Amino acid sequence: MSDKETVTTRGTLVIDVDACKGCNLCIDACPPGVLVMTDIEVNSRGYRYPQLLAGCTGCKACSQICPDFVFQVYKYDTPQEHTS
Amino acid sequence: MTLRMAPQAKDPQLLQGSEAIADAMIAAGCRFFSGYPMTPFTEVLEVMARKLPEVGGVCMNAESELEAIGMAWGAAATGTPSATGSTGQGLSLMQESLSEITLARLPLVVLNMGRAQGDYYQATRGGGHGDYRHLVLSPADAAEAIDLIGLAFDLTERWRNPVVVLGDYYLAHTARSVTIPAMKTRETPEWALDGSSGGTRHAKLISPLGTAKQRDDVGYDIAVHYADCVAATNEMIANVEPLAEVESTDDAEIIVLAFGTPGAYVRAAVRQLRSDGLAVGFIRPITLFPFPSDLVARATQGVKSVAVYENNQGQMLDDVRLAVLGNAPVHFIGGLSLDSSGFGIAPDLEVSVLVDRIREVAAR
Amino acid sequence: MSTYLPTDNPPDEPSRLVDDFVPTLIDVGAHHLCPGCGEPIAMRCVMEAIDERELTARSVAVFGIGCYTAFSNNLDIEVLQALHGRAPSLATGVKRSKPSTIVVTIQGDGDMVSEGLQEVLHAAARGENITCIMLNNGVFGETGGHMTATTVLGQRTKTSLEGRDAALHGRPILLSSLLAQIDGTAFVARGAVNSAGNVARTKKLLLRALTAQEQNAGFSFVEILTMCPTGWFIETEEAPDYLNDNLAAVHEPGVLKDVLGQ
Repeated sequence: MSDKETVTTRGTLVIDVDACKGCNLCIDACPPGVLVMTDIEVNSRGYRYPQLLAGCTGCKACSQICPDFVFQVYKYDTPQEHTS
Repeated sequence: MTLRMAPQAKDPQLLQGSEAIADAMIAAGCRFFSGYPMTPFTEVLEVMARKLPEVGGVCMNAESELEAIGMAWGAAATGTPSATGSTGQGLSLMQESLSEITLARLPLVVLNMGRAQGDYYQATRGGGHGDYRHLVLSPADAAEAIDLIGLAFDLTERWRNPVVVLGDYYLAHTARSVTIPAMKTRETPEWALDGSSGGTRHAKLISPLGTAKQRDDVGYDIAVHYADCVAATNEMIANVEPLAEVESTDDAEIIVLAFGTPGAYVRAAVRQLRSDGLAVGFIRPITLFPFPSDLVARATQGVKSVAVYENNQGQMLDDVRLAVLGNAPVHFIGGLSLDSSGFGIAPDLEVSVLVDRIREVAAR
Repeated sequence: MSTYLPTDNPPDEPSRLVDDFVPTLIDVGAHHLCPGCGEPIAMRCVMEAIDERELTARSVAVFGIGCYTAFSNNLDIEVLQALHGRAPSLATGVKRSKPSTIVVTIQGDGDMVSEGLQEVLHAAARGENITCIMLNNGVFGETGGHMTATTVLGQRTKTSLEGRDAALHGRPILLSSLLAQIDGTAFVARGAVNSAGNVARTKKLLLRALTAQEQNAGFSFVEILTMCPTGWFIETEEAPDYLNDNLAAVHEPGVLKDVLGQ
């Protein structure tokens, strides 16, 4: 198996970084686990915020569980292939 | 249930005060009433329970006075002319809500069919929290109660501020020939809630915390809202005309004041003394708030003494003293007078007793 | 190093919006509730349910007093602010005067089970056609995490520092269980917002409760277990499990009564 892995991504997000209060709920709620909190970068209010990896399914678990309405969720008409 | 309109204002009827008050509320447009039975308020609730549905209104027998005023609060928020009531103790349970209803700028008529007159402070100063005032009207008999109920609904609608009507056991249970005014219909105010402004980005709000939702900020700015409420209260106080019954004060050497049912007895005592040649005058405050201070101040200029009769330990006494401001001695000739029931029947309320007390002050 | 995808703007590739930042009936997203608070999540469910049932132009939300109170400012439906514990009475007054309205109350466990237990029990017994919604996090959040009537045994709060002790502090009241036994109730259920699945289930419960009110079936009630990391003195990401282990273990989610059998 070549080390180049291709990941199917069915959806994506718009993340309102400055609205986030760094509570992590989305990280654990994301079924494919493609949300990762920043390490040292913080938003304008000093909170770490989530970043998106390939593999999102557009299932909107993140937007439904987010207390601060940080996410907009989109589904691609045709799934995208990402090779990392 | 057939919808039968309340009798039109034409023929006088022999009615107990409680029924006259209830009919007057219905005629004034009241379409929501809630209460909890308690003597001597109970009969008003009974009559409203019987008659309000006949005109398409709602009467709720609440499980507590706290719930009663909560229900009236909700009904008032829909623009439905609403009222509630109890006796002094029940009013105590309602005080927190009365403060907040005032801050929410809602009209509401509140009836206190008091036991004697110990609730004067509660009504005029308010037993709730914060800076708020209520208009307070006090009838001496059923005929006047009918007029004041109509006035109360007009004032509370106009100023979006609760109005307390202070009655008592005598008013509730004395039957008289009275005439109920014609039925008045009231428009639903534009601030009233019915859900329809939902989804317009300008959904209405009725709250003690503010009158409009903030679109450019988070939450409510209580400081701004409270300042608005104080301004509204001051404007109300400045514009509501204080009412009082005044008789033979021009040449009076002694002026006697009393309010409510005792006022009628004191009036009779003063008239008797007048006919006996005593230069005595009579003032009966009808709006207990705003108190007729200027009128009392003018009338008591140059008198030898002032006397105040109340069925309590002296509460309106304070307002009279404030109005007189030391220009003449103010003597208290009242006192707590209760029969064994404690419902407000006062053995003292005898014209002869009052005549003696006034004479005694005049002789000083 | 795995590269993160751009998330500043909507995608260029053809796609469709599945979920917006806020539902239509939340006008303003910003609020001061704590990181990890479950209440805005629950409020999102409520607003989505009202929107979905197309009740927007009939709805009046009667708010109790707690952390969620300020959130009423964010909503694009009519709001009537009540005193702590009194919302069911005001809601009764609204509904009885204007039966065409859809009336919901939004209250916390402190507001409803501590301060206003009488109000909600009597509203239920009268079978008022209103929907009461209780956000239950087992603490007074707004004051910083104090014990309420639903705090579970062993739960540490600022007024039960060593954990709620039955001998000292008495036992929690399971309000939904109480209400389910009152004849005037048509629908009683508990949901939770500590996982995406529970959020979806809670929304269905809200839809069923509103439907009961639309059909004048009687009193409807949805208790929503919410997270309060601040008032539970734990990290935000630990709150979902804390809810399962403590609150949900006692106040068990599920439908307790459904006369319409939806």
